[in-house]
Amino acid sequence: MSMVFRFSLLLLFSKTCFAVDSHQLLGKAANHLSQQSQFNLTITPDGKGLPPGKGSAAQGAKLFYQKCSACHGPGAIGASAEPLVGEVGSLNSNYPEKTVNSYWPYATTLFDYIRRAMPINAPFSLTPDQIYSLSAYILSQDGIISHDVELNQESLPKIIMPNRDGFISFYPDQN
Amino acid sequence: MTEDSTQSRRQFLQKAALGGAFAGSVSLPILANPDKLELPDNLPDWMRVPGADFSNYGQPSSYEQQIIRWISTNPDAPGNGVSWTPLHDLQGTITPNGLHFERHHNGVPQIDPTQHTLLIDGLVDRALSFDVKSLMRYPMLSRTCFIECGGNSNSGWRSNPIQSQAGYAHGLVSNAEWTGIPLKLLLEEAGIKSSAKWVIAEGADAAALNISIPIEKLLDDALLAMYQNGEPLRPENGYPMRLVLPGWEGVLNVKWLRQLRLSDQPAMTRDETSQYTDLLADGKARQFSFINEAKSLITSPSLGMMLPDNPGIYQISGLAWSGRGTITRVEISTDGGDSWMDAELQGPILDKAFTRFNLAWKWQGEYAILQSRATDDSGYVQPTRKALLASRGKHGFFHYNAIISWEITEEGDINHVYGF
Repeated sequence: MSMVFRFSLLLLFSKTCFAVDSHQLLGKAANHLSQQSQFNLTITPDGKGLPPGKGSAAQGAKLFYQKCSACHGPGAIGASAEPLVGEVGSLNSNYPEKTVNSYWPYATTLFDYIRRAMPINAPFSLTPDQIYSLSAYILSQDGIISHDVELNQESLPKIIMPNRDGFISFYPDQN
Repeated sequence: MTEDSTQSRRQFLQKAALGGAFAGSVSLPILANPDKLELPDNLPDWMRVPGADFSNYGQPSSYEQQIIRWISTNPDAPGNGVSWTPLHDLQGTITPNGLHFERHHNGVPQIDPTQHTLLIDGLVDRALSFDVKSLMRYPMLSRTCFIECGGNSNSGWRSNPIQSQAGYAHGLVSNAEWTGIPLKLLLEEAGIKSSAKWVIAEGADAAALNISIPIEKLLDDALLAMYQNGEPLRPENGYPMRLVLPGWEGVLNVKWLRQLRLSDQPAMTRDETSQYTDLLADGKARQFSFINEAKSLITSPSLGMMLPDNPGIYQISGLAWSGRGTITRVEISTDGGDSWMDAELQGPILDKAFTRFNLAWKWQGEYAILQSRATDDSGYVQPTRKALLASRGKHGFFHYNAIISWEITEEGDINHVYGF
């Protein structure tokens, strides 16, 4: 065998032995999982992800007293946890207060966040009706909706929050 | 010590003796020292009695028990709060795992890795789930980088300077070697649809924290980290898996990651609207301000220490970091910013990682204000507090990166002051 031949044989051998794919694809098909409710928690501003149900401020007021006021204070004005209502229009003042009603740009976020994180000692313990009710109670405190409005899958995403246009996207033009 | 380990230790000693490992010590010449008999009295106790047992997992010296994370939580919700890294008690650049800062929104989940899966779905060709065992077979890489909470140093927005030690005011930042799978590999396995621009990441904690991340970042340098400084992630840092997005604010580095849903738009979650947005003076707020800009901090001398010798030579030492890239320069002022000297940067200087800086300083009892100012390879220079407030207002709360000032009194005491 010539040296050249031996060398090319070695190259061929190396290629067949060592040029493996970098890794094996081990992800499992998960279309079914992806449909399940526990992987569909995020609610977007268009209302996608909101469950059926309904609630109004009157029901929410009672529930707020039972489940929320210990931390958020009576009437949601804040205690050990942050205030949720009031201070609409305060953001450009010397004493800005970032409440749900003064600062949050989308009402859908309220439903999303209550469901996943509140009450803090029992996340995911509230029913959709209860969350719609609590959302209605909080929003009605500053007249963003009137007290008799029923919130549901259709009406919640239509709410225009006072600070809807208050944000400047800093991405991708961060420089 | 168990019976087994005692035996094996004996066997080891016997074998070692037979193998001549101790021959050297036996043959050492015995010196005719007149003080010989008194020698044991001159030796410390720990040289005259056998030391403590081996340990399965090492702990710091009992003389260093005061080096701790400082915890601040809401008394009504003890799982919601932070703990600060004691940067003033540490040296080098790597944060030990037990001292990495924490920000939890509702406690630390104790996740059984056999019960945990990561789902990648949304705008992909095929939704995929991955269990921990499978992920361990993927190629991993390691990178050292800092993670900084967007709310780090937020006491700087207050009108009076907080009198806390350096780490307990500015230590919601830590630096570790993270090892994991480049996210790109997993996203590409699922097949990214061209309409996918954002990824909604969600954690498996009791706040199910969700947040939107531009897909470019995940395809660029993001890791699905499973190891921290060489060992599996600590529960408080995301066990069994978390996102690490070098240079981007902490909340995006989602811990206990359970889902990545590809989307054409951000979800406008609570933590990208009501929190982690930076209110400006005109009432508008910066949103998606992901990058932690260049910052530096003198860790020694700093508040809580004092200068014992006058005159004396002191090592000014600290940390600098930038979410844009590498630190190229750190300057030190001892006169409140009138004059500046270049500090020495200790290598290796890594991208989006802590860089240690040092400068020897002779103090002769004068009133002094120590400051450090970092510059990164994008040319960005750390601003004065005055400049930061001029551009961002007084109520930004997040992304405070102004120059930090330590006042040295004529007595050698150290206070936190706002610079001039």
